[in-house]
Amino acid sequence: MSGVRVLVGTKKGAFILTADGAREIWSIDGPHFGGWEVYHLKGSPADPNRIYASQSSGWFGQVVQRSDDGGKHWEAVGNEFAYQGGPETHQWYDGTPRPWEFTRVWHLEPSLADPEVVYAGVQDAALFRSGDGGQHWSELSGLREHRTGSAWQPGAGGLCLHTILLDPTGGEKIFTAISSAGVFRSDDGGQHFAPKNVGLRSEYLPDDDAEIGHCVHRIAQHPSRPEVIYMQKHWDVMRSDDGGEHWHEVSGNLPSDFGFCIDVNAHDPETIYVVPITSDSLHYPPEGRLRVWRSRSGGDQWEELGRGLPDKDCYVDVLRDAMAVDQLDPCGIYFGTTGGQVYGSPDGGDTWQAIVRDLPAVLSVEVQSLT
Amino acid sequence: MIRVVLPAPLRILAGIEGEICCEPATETIAGVIDALEARYPVLRGTIRDQKSTARRPFIRFFACEEDLSHEPGDLVLPEAVRQGREPLIVLGAIAGG
Repeated sequence: MSGVRVLVGTKKGAFILTADGAREIWSIDGPHFGGWEVYHLKGSPADPNRIYASQSSGWFGQVVQRSDDGGKHWEAVGNEFAYQGGPETHQWYDGTPRPWEFTRVWHLEPSLADPEVVYAGVQDAALFRSGDGGQHWSELSGLREHRTGSAWQPGAGGLCLHTILLDPTGGEKIFTAISSAGVFRSDDGGQHFAPKNVGLRSEYLPDDDAEIGHCVHRIAQHPSRPEVIYMQKHWDVMRSDDGGEHWHEVSGNLPSDFGFCIDVNAHDPETIYVVPITSDSLHYPPEGRLRVWRSRSGGDQWEELGRGLPDKDCYVDVLRDAMAVDQLDPCGIYFGTTGGQVYGSPDGGDTWQAIVRDLPAVLSVEVQSLT
Repeated sequence: MIRVVLPAPLRILAGIEGEICCEPATETIAGVIDALEARYPVLRGTIRDQKSTARRPFIRFFACEEDLSHEPGDLVLPEAVRQGREPLIVLGAIAGG
């Protein structure tokens, strides 16, 4: 029977939630790496038993873990992320130059085809690749070497590369998103990158047509329509129909277009999900009501989804990497909160249940669909 | 033989119970960490930067009721540590409440 494995990274360890295809009864396993921040875990699409995890600590730095048995056992792999070339400095919050400094891995993106190949998005923003299952890491320095690299500035969470989209057609395109530099696309497997931010508007930038500097929180695509990219920006939900060349706003009737996460239904490339957050200073849902909003039209027209979610007194946040969808039919939607809840919907968002309520603050959620 | 006490998170990470003993090539802080990292590769980067070898900011080295954190890595450890009467303590600094 089919099932799902939800990989949850939190501020104090990782948890693995499993259920059969009905997705009603769950078992909770963890914490793994208790006490450490786990910014992200993700399984290999080519080998679901291969899972990579980013384990970090302000005291003890970065560790990368790998499992070859679906998360039952873990092995620490390489954790040396050495910048290669590129500009010597980026800009600090006050606009002064600051040397590039590795802090942590925000996001791990395994290859769609080869379990040994995995990409890492790190802070300070850079893209690394491993071809040996995480043992050794090499920077794809063409990203930072873009002529704008020395002008990138951090967002509130740091200068982080938090999203990596690999080409679902097997081609050479790679999208990355950086807070707060924007979207960058490579057409040659990561050797060179160019900013793809035309149409983004950020009120904190003096230039309406700024090439970089946009605080992109998350981008998502559906494998059947790789030219369509959705974005939750600091403010604004955006859409591109030409592979990031141009963006237009699709916030429509959302109660707030501030938020962090965005994802696409596994079976319909026009059905997308966001969790509106009140504002950039009020990181909780409008009116204390936790709601997912779904658009079946690729944006602009949105419907509120709340059956099973808190109707009042809810003041949690849902972070950029904390929403994911499974591949089952109907599509399951999952998200985690800074209050430690992980919610799941087995029916495309119509109804929700709390899978678990009292984890540490959730940093990331990923889902593996198992056969 | 030099005794070393690691903070709990690093003991768990490396699968170590209690104190550990090592025989470093040099009886210095750097020598002890070299020996630890050789025996427990998972500790690489968790105590000091892998490239610069600088101590991580929230790591401290104590021995014989002295803070050795700001001493150079090639400082010869106190005699009591070299003779195994006192441990070298690697400590996670109290920070964050």
